Parts: sequence; C-alpha cells; structure tokens
Amino acid sequence: MTEINREIILDVKHLEVTFVNNKKSFRAVKDVNFEIYKGETFALVGESGSGKTTIGRAIIGLNDTSNGDIIYKGKKINTHLSKQESKDLTRQMQMIFQDPAASLNERATISYCIAEGLDNFKLYKDEKEKQEKIDNALKSVGLLPEHKSRYPHEFSGGQRQRVGIARAMVMEPDFIIADEPISALDVSIRAQVLNLMNKFKEERGLTYLFIAHDLSVVRYFSDRIAVIHKGRIVEIAPTEDLFAYPLHPYTRSLLQSVPMPDPRIEKSKELLIYDESKRDLSGEKPKLREIVKDHYVFMNDREKAEYEIKLEKMIKDKEESNK
Amino acid sequence: MSNHLLEVNNLKTSFFIPAGEVKAVDDVSFTLDKGEVLGIVGESGSGKSVTAYSIMQILSKPGEIVGGSVKFDNQELVGMSEAQLRKIRGAKISIIFQDPMTSLNPVYTVGNQIDEAIKLHTNLKGDQVHKKTIEILTQVGVNDPEKRAKQYPFEFSGGMLQRVMIAMALVCEPDILIADEPTTALDVTIQAQIMELMRELQKKLGMSIILITHDLGVVADMCDKIQVMYAGKIVERGTAKEIFYNPKHEYTKGLLKSIPSTQNKKKLIPIQGNPIDLLNIPKGCAFSPRCEQCMKICLEQYPAVKVFSETQQASCWMNVFKELKGSGTVE
Repeated sequence: MTEINREIILDVKHLEVTFVNNKKSFRAVKDVNFEIYKGETFALVGESGSGKTTIGRAIIGLNDTSNGDIIYKGKKINTHLSKQESKDLTRQMQMIFQDPAASLNERATISYCIAEGLDNFKLYKDEKEKQEKIDNALKSVGLLPEHKSRYPHEFSGGQRQRVGIARAMVMEPDFIIADEPISALDVSIRAQVLNLMNKFKEERGLTYLFIAHDLSVVRYFSDRIAVIHKGRIVEIAPTEDLFAYPLHPYTRSLLQSVPMPDPRIEKSKELLIYDESKRDLSGEKPKLREIVKDHYVFMNDREKAEYEIKLEKMIKDKEESNK
Repeated sequence: MSNHLLEVNNLKTSFFIPAGEVKAVDDVSFTLDKGEVLGIVGESGSGKSVTAYSIMQILSKPGEIVGGSVKFDNQELVGMSEAQLRKIRGAKISIIFQDPMTSLNPVYTVGNQIDEAIKLHTNLKGDQVHKKTIEILTQVGVNDPEKRAKQYPFEFSGGMLQRVMIAMALVCEPDILIADEPTTALDVTIQAQIMELMRELQKKLGMSIILITHDLGVVADMCDKIQVMYAGKIVERGTAKEIFYNPKHEYTKGLLKSIPSTQNKKKLIPIQGNPIDLLNIPKGCAFSPRCEQCMKICLEQYPAVKVFSETQQASCWMNVFKELKGSGTVE
C-alpha cells in the first residue's frame, strides 16, 4: 500500500455488540475501532469467543449493534436503511463463510446457488447472459461449467469452498468478509483457496476483511492485522511489523502457540500462556494507542513506557542478527 | 514371539457401500514399542482414523477388517470376542476423539462419566472411585476438580472438555493412548496447551501414543516416528527429523511446502488437484494425478518401497528415477 491512495472504505468507530438473553446481557464486542483502506486485506485474529465473527456479522448487518458507527464509503450503515440502500449494500458487500457444506443449499444445484444473487438483483439482461455469468464465475474459481447441474454434496470440501467464493464473486462486490474460509479445509487444499482469493484481490482490486484464528495463515494474506481478545482489539499493526515486533502479551502468546513444521524450532519453544488475571493492570484504564507509526497497542501510560523499551530492544536485536 | 507392544501387519479395512468397496486402509503395517510416540499424518480420507478404529476394533457397519492382523502384547485383536475386547479397550488401549463435545454424554456429569471408566476397569470401590476421579482431573489441569466433577459437559469450554477426555482415557493407565486429531476442534492457543499436557503425561506415565493428525506442525515436536498416509497406504515413514528435513515422497514434500509458517514469508505452494476419491483410485501411484513430478510409470505401477535408512522408507518412483539418473542409466 502506498501512502497516497489510502482511501478508507470501511470505518468502524466505537463498535459495541450486546447479546441479550433472558434479561442477561453479554457484551461480545467492546469499543472496537479500526478502518480498512481500499484494496487492502485486513485481518481480525483471535480465539473462539473473542468476538471476531460477531464484528464481521455486524458489518454485513447480520447482528444488531448496540453502540457505535459502521461507516461504509462515507455512509453509516448500522442504522435503518431504505430498501434501495440496503439492496445496493448487499451487492457491494459479500461474505464467504467458514463451512461450505453448511452454507450452500444442499437441495439446490450449483447453478442455482451461484445465480441466486443474480436473480434477486436482476443483474442480467437475458437467460444467455445469466448462464454466461455463471460459467465465468465457475471457471474463475477453477471449476468447470459442466459442474453447474451438480449438487453440493457431490463436491469435496475444497471444491465446495470454491463454489462459496464463486457465489460471492458473481455479484462483483467491492468488499468481502471472509469468515475463517479455510478452517474447515484440508491442509493440502488451504493454500489453493488462499491463492485463489489473492488472485481475485489482484484482478479486481477487492478489499478483504479476513477473519481467522491462526496467525500463520494470516501472514500470507494480509496487509494489516488486528488481534482481538475478549471483544477488544489489543494490537493493530502492518503484518510484518506484528510478526517482527509483537508487543501485547496476548499477541505474543498467540504467535508462540502456532505449531511449526520443524522439530528443531518446536523443541526449543517455550509455551506462553496468556492469563489476564496474572498481569499487572495498575495505572489508569488502557486504551488503543499508537506506539510507532501504524502500530497500535491497547495500553496505558505505564505499559506504554514498558513497550517502548521492549520495542527498542527488539529492533536492536534484529539489527544485530542481520549483521 | 515379538517384543513390540503393538504390531499391525498387512491390515486391510474396507467399507462396503452400494457404489462398491472403499478400501479405506490398504495393506498397512507398522509397529509400536513401549514409550514410543508415533504420528500418523494424512488428509481426510487417507485412512488414518480408520487405522485407529481398526486397532480398537470399533469399526461400525459397513466397515469391516478384510485382512491382516493387529497384535497387542502378542494377542491377536482381530476376531477377538467382544467380552475379551472390553477388557482391553479403555484399560490397555484408550482413544481420544476429535470433538470432545460429541464424545461425552450430555446428560451425565463429567465426574460420573470418569467414575464409570474406573468402576469398569479397576477394583476400586465407593469413595476410592471418586477420589481417583478428582486425582486424575487435577493431573490434567482442571481447576477446582471437586466442583467441576459435578458439572455437565456443556458447562465446560472445548479445551477443558478435551482435558476431561484425556483424564478419562488415562484413568486406567493404559499402555497405548490413541489420540485421533485431539486438537483439530480447538483454538491454536488451547491446542498448544493440550499438546504440552500430553507431552508431560507421556513422560510421567511412560505410555505409548499414536497421534493422528492432518497438521504436520502438531507432530513435529512430540513424535519419535512419523508415517504419512495417502489413499489408505503408508507412503512414507521415518523419524521426525527425516520427515521434516529430508522428505523422500513427493506428497510429503508438497505438504511441507503448503504449510504456512510464522517464521518466514516464503510463497505458499499448494498441492494441485482434489483429495483422492477412494472409489476411483488410480492404477499406479494414488498421488500421481496431483503430483507435479508425475512420470509415465507412476500412472502404471504402484511404486515399490525404497529403504533409505533403518527408520526411513518411501514409496515413490522419483527416488528410483534419481538413482538411475545418478548411475547414468537414464537421462
């Protein structure tokens, strides 16, 4: 990303999502702020229950928000929208779901699964154009037009996820929310799907919000990463910065816990367990603040001082090892 | 008489479905010694779980062992009566399944279910049973075990439930623990903790473990031996170091290249194509349709096993080809 064309496509401000059940309420997302620039891939990483999926669903309007603003292309979208506005938004914003077996209608043919959006929005002049669009969508994800008349159960997991991607792409969206698109897939197939999504990003200048729990996957795919813990963003940084200089202890424990396909590294690794109750939380209430350019950490003044020393040391170590 | 704890010889397990015979495990042989940790790696449909179920004799219809033998402590398990098997399952060989949520009974408390295992397999009675339950829960790192034992599975998180499963599997101090994708349903942070726990317990109790997974990263640290399965066959086996630093089968190489790592940002090279359809296994090497190095012979004939060291062997024509090239027989 170059500095000049940093156009904000999505701006999330003080977002809060509360689930209410039998008068008990639970705040799943607490005061979340981030912005996504046009053409970038922004990743939200956290463990289950951290609220990462809830944020994704709130953006696309599947979960109601209890506070804050979601601004897409300069317009607030988490409010009452007119029918036309909501229709436009649906076309521009698409979602790829985690489990392709559960998200495709098992009683409908692939052709119907892909064309449902086209039908709803009448995005074709005649039947011929519709079929062309379906064929092209299938070809673009590496499937064949012959697959049109088949049913989802006839495909493998990786192929089904390709259908899920084709279904989203046929609408020609600008913004895609991918909610753990590869978690349900075999290891050997994951790289295929990631490369496919990257291809679309390059060809069509798409913007992605990529939701995942595994930091190693995110590294290949994202420009910036936000780490989320218990509904709060604890660190946001450009991808390489986050991997080189992880500051928040939760980020560090998340990085540590990724299993490495290398016995030597694995054997020498020490397990870091993040336990909030064991941390020194004295001082005033922490906030998400910038420590160096574009690198934000959830911290207060005392922690900021600590992190600055840590960062300096890490940079020095890195320089030395490069020598 | 052999001195291996577990000996699997030419095991063949098939599923008979209307469309035909699915050879889920096809001629698999391996051994496991006391205190050894064996990793079985493969993608879905490679037969790794069916291998585990065949050892435990818990295949459900239409699955059937059609050939080979499984010997535990020189006792043949294939064809053994249910009554005898029940004495081995749980007591001598235990298994942990992938999804702890579905493998525990939701209407009994967690303590109750561990009690049951103890009552079935040991002579402990009354208060002792409860005491043992609390002891094992403490050992697997469940906080406040007295209170937790009275709770139901839904009151536990996924990671805690997997600890309960491990507790239940280990309570009778089995000789072999089979862990079938024990961490696949868990978050990475929890996965790291569970693996750490299994490592500790293995050292303390000295049992043998068969660790089944699709993630090569998980087996890197823990396993002494690793075998890679594809389409029901073991395509490569070796020590962890041999497999990771000097893989000899094209599938293993492909797997290693397609795993993302947090250490560096090299390009991800996927394995092309789709996972194998077990009803239409290619004539030659099963991996040939997806293999970038595929040669004519790969389509025709299944590659013979080539031995590289005492511990490492692989079935891939590329190795034969390289050798011939080295000796100048082919260009």
